[in-house]
Amino acid sequence: MTLVDPALAARVLERALVRGGELAELYAEARQGFSLSLDDHRVERPQGGRERGACVRVVQGESTYYGYIDGLEEEDLLRVADSVAQGLRGEERRPASLAAPTPANGHPVLSRPEAIEAVRKADLLRSCEERARAAGAEVSQARLGYVESRRSVEVYNSDGRAASDDRTRVRLSAQVVARRNGRVETGTDTRGGHAGWELLETDPEEVAERAARRALTQLDAVDAPTGRLPVVVGNGFGGVLLHEAVGHGLEADAIQKRASVYAGKLGERLAPGFVTAYDDGSRPGDWGSDGIDDEGTPTRRTTVIEEGRLSSYLYDLLRARRDGVESTGNGRRESFRHVPVPRMTNTFFAPGEATADELIAGIERGLYAVSFGGGQVEPATGDFVFGVSEGYLIEGGRVSAPVRGATLVGNGLEALGAIDGIAGDLEIASGYCGKAGQSVAAGVGQPHVRIRELTVGGTAS
Amino acid sequence: MSGGLAEAARRATDAALSAGATEAEAWAEESTSRQVRVYDGDVESLSDAGGRGVGVRAFVGARSGYSYGTDLSDGGVVEVAEAARRAAEVADEDEYGGLPDDSGTAAVSDLASPELAGWSTERKVELALAVERAARAREGVTQVENAVYSDAEGSVALTNSRGFAAGYSATQAWAYASAFAGEGAELMTGLGVGLGRDPAALDPEAIGGEAAERALALVGARQPQSRRCPVVLDAFVAASFIGFIGAMLSAEAVQRGRSLFAGREGEHVADPALAVADDGTDPEGPASAPFDGEGSPTRRTALLEDGRLLTFLFDARTARRAGRASTGSATRRSYRSPPSVGTTNLIVEPGADDLDGLVRIAGDGLYVTDVAGLHAGVNPVSGTFSVGASGRLIENGELAAPVRELTIASDLVSMLKAVRAVGSEARWVPFGGSVKAPPLLVAEMAVSGS
Repeated sequence: MTLVDPALAARVLERALVRGGELAELYAEARQGFSLSLDDHRVERPQGGRERGACVRVVQGESTYYGYIDGLEEEDLLRVADSVAQGLRGEERRPASLAAPTPANGHPVLSRPEAIEAVRKADLLRSCEERARAAGAEVSQARLGYVESRRSVEVYNSDGRAASDDRTRVRLSAQVVARRNGRVETGTDTRGGHAGWELLETDPEEVAERAARRALTQLDAVDAPTGRLPVVVGNGFGGVLLHEAVGHGLEADAIQKRASVYAGKLGERLAPGFVTAYDDGSRPGDWGSDGIDDEGTPTRRTTVIEEGRLSSYLYDLLRARRDGVESTGNGRRESFRHVPVPRMTNTFFAPGEATADELIAGIERGLYAVSFGGGQVEPATGDFVFGVSEGYLIEGGRVSAPVRGATLVGNGLEALGAIDGIAGDLEIASGYCGKAGQSVAAGVGQPHVRIRELTVGGTAS
Repeated sequence: MSGGLAEAARRATDAALSAGATEAEAWAEESTSRQVRVYDGDVESLSDAGGRGVGVRAFVGARSGYSYGTDLSDGGVVEVAEAARRAAEVADEDEYGGLPDDSGTAAVSDLASPELAGWSTERKVELALAVERAARAREGVTQVENAVYSDAEGSVALTNSRGFAAGYSATQAWAYASAFAGEGAELMTGLGVGLGRDPAALDPEAIGGEAAERALALVGARQPQSRRCPVVLDAFVAASFIGFIGAMLSAEAVQRGRSLFAGREGEHVADPALAVADDGTDPEGPASAPFDGEGSPTRRTALLEDGRLLTFLFDARTARRAGRASTGSATRRSYRSPPSVGTTNLIVEPGADDLDGLVRIAGDGLYVTDVAGLHAGVNPVSGTFSVGASGRLIENGELAAPVRELTIASDLVSMLKAVRAVGSEARWVPFGGSVKAPPLLVAEMAVSGS
């Protein structure tokens, strides 16, 4: 059963185009979700919700006119279409005819999370807490979160596109606090995917244990060094650096506004020849994967850096049309309350030949940055700052003491150029990416990567 | 406020009780908003939005659950109420949970401006274009990444099974611009922002001009040498830090051991120069309302005064746990989320010196106009931080060369105690919460550069 009947969708698009427009689109969505947390020894905040709504958009030249509404009733949709059309000043256009939406190639969901009894989800959090506490007597708090969501989306546009997708995601997250003599350290870990309950059937407690081990390790942390040092960035969540410092600069909206340091650099060598990077929204089951993007374009693998050279930007329909290229399937939106903008899906460096140990063995004194608490990048310059949430000194080719309070300060282009080793241990982690006021599921990842030199802002004097 | 909203909230509350809840509360909401984004002298996007929904909190004895939905029909509301009631079964018992004992409303006026409805879309577009022109007009500005005008008009109705029923409407308008100066790897950005209850309260010349000037001031920035020195935080940066500190004054953070202020109520935690209050009744405050997210009246709560930490911020649950009264601090982002403890409008009491004065007192040091990665860079439990920053050097009591690619490090309590002077020019800063702050002079921080 469709959310919006194709005949009604056609009328909405007609009404949206009464005063002109090159492209009209109706995006309809039904979302449902459930989440639960465990904190302070208690299972709490069980909450669920159901939303239905739509966004109507008309593109004319460089301008976008759009409106969105809670609800999918015929009168809601027609009212939004009329209101959007009010912004335009041209001649009526006729949309192409619409067929029933073609379902996207979905990602397999073996066990529907909404069919699992809520008490089992509560029990999962309890057993995670137990495992976290068992990791060490110094574990003082464990905070666990479970979230599931299902989004049914339909996209119709005036070029005759009619596509649908059914997306299910689950994610388990753990945040563990360890204390010793007034010192307090936090460790986190997550497991998430475009998948069903099966993702959490194999040793989900491992997530809690890893978070606990990180917190316990940090209790022994020493002050971070300051200065220019070689840095090995960890696999999985270490990919945040690529995501923030490079990926955002490759999104075509930033490029077209010349707000990116990567503008005008297609084909240029930015990194050594052994460096290749992808954005891939089609990877089965990964957190940032979907069947289609939020404009109905099938997701795919885009090589953004090929053997060191910048090979593609990331496009949605609007920016692709401007550059006379095809959308790369990166037109994503948080919900029907937003218009799509070019966004990463799962972004990662291709695995290399080395092992993590080999990368580390070559360093006399440096920093091993396993994961980041977050960071910020100025896309116009590529300047970035990242807080290292789990990091270690490298001394004499070996990982030694954990450090606290380290930040990495640098520039995306410089960091790319300074990559001097990539390991083979690719891992993709589940994060949320914020841009233009919209938060979307984004897979970040990489194998271990070594950077010849970066500025480390430490706490040691 | 529309009667339909109050009616939907009442029906939702009743439906939760019929479904077996022992207590229930419903928050119904309706809003419209408009946004104009311009680029290069043209409309880049124009949007019109309508939202409506209801969120229900159901209590079954000492357990509680939450559910929300967009369907305000009779059947839709019943479905939401029943889902909340079912969710409650999964939760563990919480002896402190439950509706507030002291519901009520504060007298807060002028939240909604009738002026907003009189503004046509054309005039709003013109305002956004004027912001962009003002930024572009400054010599040296190479690009205005975006200039945006937004407004919103919303109504809420809150009803609970203890007989509370109230509602209000509010309007908000704001505009901002992001300007670029310089080129290539030397490209610098600057943000200008203004807000009010309606577009007439916005000054496009000031907003665009601020974006331009903040970008231009950074052109040619270099990495400074590492040292310890006095630091002047501009109002944007001061507001970011105060917002972060405000979040740690939530009794929820304190009771759950996530605040470095736990156990420090009544203690000297700041320099006496710094006075901070949370005020949910300030007529200018973007977060002002007559009641909080669970129906307790809002109020002004002094947090830091004479250097002492006077109180934490409480909702009904944390107040019960601490044997205190709610401070009206249950906040809601929308009907999609249950109430949680937070700040309303954080207001820093202005001091005597203007920015020039603060820079003169600093003598030699750093003026910070932007910090990056604050939330990642601060350890919320220990308060230690190291965050990326840019700004200008201060030499011989005057602003000097621009600097970037540096970090400033300290810990929040040391920083609060090191505040030497508070600026006289306070302004509303709408990002990362609602804060009204002036610039602050901090006696010493570790600046790490080359």
